[in-house]
Amino acid sequence: MANTSTNPSAAVGRTKASSLSAAVPRIILYTVLVLFCIYYLLPLYVMVVNSLKPLEEITAGGMMALPNEWTIAPWGSAWSTAQIGVDATGLRPYFVNSLVMVIPAVALSTILGALNGYVLTKWAFRGSTLLFGLLLFGCFIPFQMVLIPMARILGLTGLAGSVPGLVFVHLVYGIGFSTLYFRNYYAAFPTELVRAAQIDGAGFFTIFWRILLPSSGPIAVVCIIWQFTNIWNDFLFGASFSDFDSQPMTVALNNLVQSSTGVKEYNVHFAGAIMAALPTLLVYIVAGRYFVRGLMAGSVKG
Amino acid sequence: MGFLDIKQATKSYGPVKVLHETDISVEEGEFLVLVGPSGCGKSTLLNMIAGLEEVTTGDISIKGRSMNNVKPAERNIAMVFQSYALYPNMTVKGNISFGMEMQGVPKPEREKKIAQVADLLQIGQLLDRKPGQLSGGQRQRVAMGRALTREPDVFLFDEPLSNLDAKLRVDMRTEIKKLHQKLGTTIVYVTHDQIEALTLSTRIAVMYGGYVQQLGTPKEIYDNPANMFVAGFMGSPSMNLFAAKVVSENGRTAVEIALADGQKATIPFDKVQGQEGRDVILGIRPEAITDRDGADRNSQNVHVVEARVEITEPAGSDTFVVLQMGGKDVTGRFRADVDVSAGDRFPFAFNMDKAVAFDPKTEERVA
Ligand SMILES: Nc1ncnc2c1ncn2[C@@H]1O[C@H](COP(=O)(O)OP(=O)(O)OP(=O)(O)O)[C@@H](O)[C@H]1O
Ligand SMILES: [Mg+2]
Repeated sequence: MANTSTNPSAAVGRTKASSLSAAVPRIILYTVLVLFCIYYLLPLYVMVVNSLKPLEEITAGGMMALPNEWTIAPWGSAWSTAQIGVDATGLRPYFVNSLVMVIPAVALSTILGALNGYVLTKWAFRGSTLLFGLLLFGCFIPFQMVLIPMARILGLTGLAGSVPGLVFVHLVYGIGFSTLYFRNYYAAFPTELVRAAQIDGAGFFTIFWRILLPSSGPIAVVCIIWQFTNIWNDFLFGASFSDFDSQPMTVALNNLVQSSTGVKEYNVHFAGAIMAALPTLLVYIVAGRYFVRGLMAGSVKG
Repeated sequence: MGFLDIKQATKSYGPVKVLHETDISVEEGEFLVLVGPSGCGKSTLLNMIAGLEEVTTGDISIKGRSMNNVKPAERNIAMVFQSYALYPNMTVKGNISFGMEMQGVPKPEREKKIAQVADLLQIGQLLDRKPGQLSGGQRQRVAMGRALTREPDVFLFDEPLSNLDAKLRVDMRTEIKKLHQKLGTTIVYVTHDQIEALTLSTRIAVMYGGYVQQLGTPKEIYDNPANMFVAGFMGSPSMNLFAAKVVSENGRTAVEIALADGQKATIPFDKVQGQEGRDVILGIRPEAITDRDGADRNSQNVHVVEARVEITEPAGSDTFVVLQMGGKDVTGRFRADVDVSAGDRFPFAFNMDKAVAFDPKTEERVA
């Protein structure tokens, strides 16, 4: 990579007038950006603020106002006592369901995608291109189309209505995308490295583990973000293939909002909605940084 | 039976045969160079020896043991790749020791070996760096170091110098040759650079279109090319090839050549005796076309032909002088101090001992 050399004379020769005229478009730009930022953050603000108010303050109007009386009671209620469907369990068990579903589903689909990508690029066999085509095709089949066949398979395998069943569904759906990511990434990975490792005596898995995976950081992060967001936020599969005790967070949130008899506890709903969104937000904040870092490292290495 | 035997080996990708029946037998300690233009199948053959490509038909054996079903790691070979193929996530040390680690060599022994190799290649101060932090020449050394730890039966090199700049390439060429003399290990070396081939090898296989065109010592290849392809490919500037006709003059066999001004030159040439009347392609190396004083004194068959000088190209130690023969530009190699300039009529001395003749149609050697 070429080093960008700074030009010292440019800095020295800069005058006051030119710096002022250069600043004007910059000020406009930042103003616009700040306005957009506020616009996009407003819903979050509303959710957070209202989840920290007693219900009366919301029903009295003034959605935008800060709470007069701060309270975390709605959070406690949403987490452990709110009525979800028939039971007053709060969202906690469903949050756990979602975690138990999403972690293995993301891990397995990422690992299998990486293995698929490795085989498809470095151990290509007769028909491997066709296989990849079919996997890709799988990515673009609409969810609705697989509902009935999937229900039948889950029924036959005895996984229907269970968390492992949901893991299986998401795994099947996720492999297409994760394979696509890793295949394209590994296609640019030098085959000579694999050959060198073969001569050094490394086997199929050793090469994968010691040579390819250490260089797969950026694409693994992309894949994990993608899978996590999709699986965590999925509603259709969760609503279709789960029982009461295996419902994921999204379905439970819906039930919370729908099933409150009598008064609608908006503050509790807001708290629940934030809880449901928090993990994906967290993944973006934590992994997103590694993602950018990974991209930078790649570009400097050259 | 040799040390490394390639017998009737072929390689096909589907219906496309990229390597035709190949027979090469390499003795222990030899430096065999596979040379040829891009796409001729050199790397394919090397990869077949390494076990990275399967042999479609035929057999490759090392030390008398057939390698067809032996994994690359178990062939006791080491390979240096064109791109060096250093593992980017490991340090130089990690790169060098990876192979030994895979073979289950204990750690103290690995450390000893690394130190030894680092010393031999003078890369001691680089051991803790990543490949990304090395220059091309340093990477090249590390790649060789990785190969050296194995004490292999055969070293395989696939164009190891082609990514280096011209100066470094010459330096590393010398180093590889020294290394070969020091270690005495059998080497198979792929290049498309004919000068590398001539300087490094003890034997050369010239390849083209999936066939080995000629296999021989550098001198054989240079002096006695088997066909027009080899003649034209090896040597720089390349051998002059031009049309001539075999005639009989004063009872002596000669070749008749058209000159630039419509005249004809007749040069006695005994090698084509008995083929009078036949059209041939004559091949003469530039150094066999000189001025009279520069001609080889040991040659019995130096003949002088007067012809017009088209261009002169001074090149430091030599001057290349171009004349027209058989409708082609023909280059002669003169000492730099010969006084000759374009447009002159000049007596050229042809050393016909060094001349060869080919069939115009089959392009095979006839004399
Ligand atoms: N996987 C493959 N499928 C089909 N044809 C191939 C394959 N690999 C190589 N070839 C063909 O085999 C021929 C020889 O390739 P090879 O890599 O041995 O050439 P090379 O002599 O090493 O050339 P270069 O000097 O460019 O490296 C080429 O024509 C190439 O197109
Ligand atoms: Mg090649």
